[in-house]
Amino acid sequence: MNKDLRRERDSASFNPELLTHLLDGGAERTRRRREIEALVLNDPDFQHEDLNFLSRSQRYEEAIRKSARMVVKLREYGIADPDEIYWFKRTCLGSFVEPLGLHFSMFTNTLQNQCTVAQQDKWLPLTYGLQIIGTYAQTEMGHGTHLRGLETTATYDPATQEFILNSPTVTSIKWWPGGLGKTSNHAIVLAQLYTQGQCKGLHAFIVPIRQRGTHEPLPGITVGDIGPKFGYDEMDNGYLKMDNFRIPRENMLMKYAKVEPDGTYVKPVSDKLTYGTMVFIRSHIVGDSARSLSRACTIAIRYSSVRHQSELKPGDPEPQILDYQTQQYKLFPLLATAYAFHFVGAYMKTTYHRITGDINQGDLSELPELHALSAGLKAFTSWTANAGIEECRMACGGHGYSRCSGLPDIYVTFTPSCTYEGENTVMMLQTARFLIKSYTQVSSGKLVSGMVAYLNDLSGQHIQPQQVAARPTTVHINDPASLVEAYKLRASRFVEVAAKNLQAELNRRKSQEDAWNRTSVDLVRASEAHCHYVVVKLFTTQLSEINDAAVHAVMNNLCLLYALYGISKHTGDFLQAGILTDAQVTQVYQRVKELLAAIRPNAVALVDAFDFHDNHLGSVLGRYDGNIYENMFAWAKKSPLNKTEVHEAFHKHLKPMQAKL
Amino acid sequence: GFQQSQMAQWNRSGYFRSSGSRDVNPDLEAERQTASFSVERLTAILDGEAVIHSEPGFSRENQYFQSQNERYEAAVRRSVYLKEKMHQMGWTEDGPEIKYCYRALGGDLAFNVHRVFKNSILALGTDEQIAKWIPLADKYHIIGTYAQTELGHGTFLRGLETTAIFDISTQEFTLNTPKISAMKWWPGDLGRSATHAVVFAQLYIKGKCYGLHAFILQIRSLHDHSPAPGVIVGDIGPKMNFEHIDNGYLMLQNINIPRENMLSRFSQVLPDGTYVKRGSDKINYLTMIVTRVHMLWTEVIPMLLKACTIATRYSVVRRQSKLNPGDPEAKILDYQTQQQKLLPLLATAYAFHFMNAYVNEFYNKGYTEIKQENFDSLPELHALTAGIKAIITEHCTAGAEVCLRACGGHGYSALSGLPLLYTKLAASCTYEGENTVLFLQTARFLVKCLAAVHSGQPIPPSAAYLSSVDSGKCQARTKMDFLKPDIYAEAYRHRATRLLGNAATKLQGLVQSGAEQHEAWNQCTVQLVQAAKAHCHYIVVKNFIDTVEKLRNEAEIQKIVKHLCDLFALHGIFSNMGDFLHAGYISGDQMDMVTASYLDLLAVIRNDAVPLVDAFDFTDESLNSALGSYDGHVYQRLYEWAQKSPTNKQVSQAYARYLKPLFQSALSKL
Repeated sequence: MNKDLRRERDSASFNPELLTHLLDGGAERTRRRREIEALVLNDPDFQHEDLNFLSRSQRYEEAIRKSARMVVKLREYGIADPDEIYWFKRTCLGSFVEPLGLHFSMFTNTLQNQCTVAQQDKWLPLTYGLQIIGTYAQTEMGHGTHLRGLETTATYDPATQEFILNSPTVTSIKWWPGGLGKTSNHAIVLAQLYTQGQCKGLHAFIVPIRQRGTHEPLPGITVGDIGPKFGYDEMDNGYLKMDNFRIPRENMLMKYAKVEPDGTYVKPVSDKLTYGTMVFIRSHIVGDSARSLSRACTIAIRYSSVRHQSELKPGDPEPQILDYQTQQYKLFPLLATAYAFHFVGAYMKTTYHRITGDINQGDLSELPELHALSAGLKAFTSWTANAGIEECRMACGGHGYSRCSGLPDIYVTFTPSCTYEGENTVMMLQTARFLIKSYTQVSSGKLVSGMVAYLNDLSGQHIQPQQVAARPTTVHINDPASLVEAYKLRASRFVEVAAKNLQAELNRRKSQEDAWNRTSVDLVRASEAHCHYVVVKLFTTQLSEINDAAVHAVMNNLCLLYALYGISKHTGDFLQAGILTDAQVTQVYQRVKELLAAIRPNAVALVDAFDFHDNHLGSVLGRYDGNIYENMFAWAKKSPLNKTEVHEAFHKHLKPMQAKL
Repeated sequence: GFQQSQMAQWNRSGYFRSSGSRDVNPDLEAERQTASFSVERLTAILDGEAVIHSEPGFSRENQYFQSQNERYEAAVRRSVYLKEKMHQMGWTEDGPEIKYCYRALGGDLAFNVHRVFKNSILALGTDEQIAKWIPLADKYHIIGTYAQTELGHGTFLRGLETTAIFDISTQEFTLNTPKISAMKWWPGDLGRSATHAVVFAQLYIKGKCYGLHAFILQIRSLHDHSPAPGVIVGDIGPKMNFEHIDNGYLMLQNINIPRENMLSRFSQVLPDGTYVKRGSDKINYLTMIVTRVHMLWTEVIPMLLKACTIATRYSVVRRQSKLNPGDPEAKILDYQTQQQKLLPLLATAYAFHFMNAYVNEFYNKGYTEIKQENFDSLPELHALTAGIKAIITEHCTAGAEVCLRACGGHGYSALSGLPLLYTKLAASCTYEGENTVLFLQTARFLVKCLAAVHSGQPIPPSAAYLSSVDSGKCQARTKMDFLKPDIYAEAYRHRATRLLGNAATKLQGLVQSGAEQHEAWNQCTVQLVQAAKAHCHYIVVKNFIDTVEKLRNEAEIQKIVKHLCDLFALHGIFSNMGDFLHAGYISGDQMDMVTASYLDLLAVIRNDAVPLVDAFDFTDESLNSALGSYDGHVYQRLYEWAQKSPTNKQVSQAYARYLKPLFQSALSKL
């Protein structure tokens, strides 16, 4: 092991293993996770060349090979628990994705949730048996977020008892669904249902798209790959165009809405139930933000303790770059953020499961808040992680730009989560709608509960603009609980400002939508402030659940850094609202720098505690043993440009040019 | 594959119009009719008079579908074609035509470092060395690279480990890579193309180290291009972008070169091993400065202009959700949140474009003096270009990323052109000086300037504002006051002065309380970086204001450019509120006025957004974007381009090899 890394590990003030248990949710889960990871790591079937050296078609093929092996091995090992499957797969996939991903998630889930019993009996065995491989085709070329705008049509023909599916315009071509281009032979297609001459809105249909056996597209179906992207090279995101393509009536998913054989439409009872899947996926993105950022931090921090550059003290040997204050300032707040988001992800997951239990017993009361919170936190955490991964990469200087650092792969794989499953700005505005609703409720004298309960403190009847600002300043910058209060004040002020500005716009014009649009910058700020408060609060809550004194001490510092760094980046908000004084803001800046120094000795141990195996990290710079330079050389030698000593471009172009000039 | 008949059917039914004509998407057409100014006129002011017509030899059509090998070969092919073209037309390397060629070709060329190779010989070589090597390089009989960065060392030149040991008996230098971290790593054109390299190495004579010197070294045979004996050279592998460039590694094992191959304008080794130093090698800094100035207008600023063009045009073609019930879906540029993402960037693009003109002027003046060995302006020129390079690359990179995300899912498609622009820009934050290091160099210069203010010494022009009298509080009373350049310029000036003052006071305090200088400096670096950024921000705002002033004979243009200037300035205050509120220069009430004025400006500029990007005057070929073309036929183009993807052409073995057995094996397990 590299001697710098050894020294860093020896000097840690706490036992990282205990922190790993905390992150995993217990020592037993850590043990089981490692056991499952070992199954993959020791399996020669899962070894392969670095995908960065392959063409897209080759990468796709490799990904399919791996998916096929995973299906077989998971069944062989009898691994069925969702968490365990997830551990197994992420160890296999590293930073990459699998073309069968949507089959296992959206396709299967939708069948489970929206099929009648008879439909389940027909489709689920085929799905579990992978005789059909499916995808979920919702997004169209011209329409994403705004579902009502989708243009694909499904017209019922009572004469044959079939639906006729059509893509009437270029913009209506299904575009983006993963696994659609080359892999799937079925798709769940979302289309506007027309029956008896009327449009009944968006419904889901099971559509076969490729011939079983030959895998050729069926007549009336045009399907293919949408071409290269920023990342997701191994994924065949696809397009699908349908021309008078007929499917039997039974292929409409009819657990809720139905079309009778004669074409009579039967309405669903409640549409809130479909929120469940969305909440689940968004909660998962929160966890993914934490994990992706953690991996980036692991790479950047290990590299920064191995890399030596310049001099701090004239005459001394070159210091580790992690000793520079500017480097610490780039990386440690991100490290704190990774931990914060980890706890938020765990909270979302637990809450989702708790509320799902309630829903099954018919209690939908907590669903709106969870739905709103999951939207905002999805946006807040994915935006932050997205920027954070890039900061980690840039903090590795030139070498971060090489694919061998693994950071470009983490980034390009993660960044679409800012737009998929709900574009982030739209997500923030959904949360804002809930905040405004809660504010209005409080204004009319009713109390609200949950994470927005702080709005009750705004005295309901006559809310003055200076209300919050006039509060006495009592923030203690070394007390996490007091910082939670500061964030709470900021959130309530922004909700109040947005609500008032919205009201002012409403007084000036008729259209509610127009007023909403003219207030949307304020509304997004309110949502961000609310989410930031929730994160600080959840991190602080987590502290009280840590028993080990040494772990508690280091986590307390991280929590303080997270909260204070957030203030230092938004001092305007805290100053303008009178939550902090000029003098306190100066103290915050100073305290942030002290915390950087306090965290420095534990930085490597804190990323070790994430416990990412080198294979999963996929980075030469982030190797556990720190032997980076010889391994960079070994990696580069495999580059496709190095396949021959003299590149053919020399014979084709260089030599003739030299002759001509 | 794509079905022609289907396409024809769509055409007939009017779903889209055929490409190639100037038949424009009606949504874009409408935007152009309401322009408040003449786009042609603004384009002329921005300088894009002549545009090279695209020729098949320069085609980049398939760029998005190529492998690393193919992209490298295509770049070499294009570059060779360009050299021949230049040769034919009699264009010179630094003539105006070449500037337009680069702009039109989007920089996807090889041999960029060949220029740096020549410049370094011109700067560091003796007249005889120049006479020997430059004609060979001009004719491309040799292709050069510049090998400075090593695997283990970049920014800190003194840390480089390659050695050059002089042997009196043979009159040769022996070059070596003593350990793996000393391998040259990253130089462009090194991996596959270059035949020669200027190599930086620590010079040793009779066991004594004389520091870093430059040597010319042949690395490949001129006959068959094979590596010279003792040379291990290759490509460093895939990167985030620049796949067309063969960034390389170079390992040297006892390579002997004649004494004459050390570049000896400023220092020389005599036959008996005597080391002679001549004149100042400060001119060395000039190479760095030239490269930074050059990269801003070739590799950096145009990329942000392109990203803005693509995102803005797409945002008036893309429709999503409704603003008013009953209306058709709204153009996404009509959403305030979309305006907030894109319009400040558009203002930034203009700000940087004008800043570039300023830097060039500043540079040309300094260059003349320095060439005459008058180095007085060097520190300022160095500090200014360092800070401006850092702030411009940082904002352009972040801006391109915002454009990418502002285009939703389609921005993530390589066919949007945005991933390519972003990843190119992302590299610029670290190459030619890592940005944090550069900001700290600017800060060091500013701290010295501040000391000069206190001791009554003369101050270089770009920092002269540090000596003006503090005006106390912001004088604005209404939100309209914040549209006065004096008001916001003063706010930026105040912020820059205050942040620098705080950092300098802290630094001094630490030193006075006994901290060692280097330790005190390290403890203040976060603050010093902030101070340097505030300084650069002020310079950019000030220059924007001056540019608006100069447009006084162009009333229409001046009006819209003034709006952009206001937006740039107010967006900067809005986004860095705390800096202006802290210490009370701007009050909370005034900040509300800033916010109100800022939001008003979004709506004003919204109207001219498309004409403002049209004025950048990029050809569709140069944008190479399915989302950003002039005619706005976004969806048709996306669909057509996707058909060309090799993933749709080649028969994939994945089904036969893996999917089919999977179906069967799963079947047997049921």
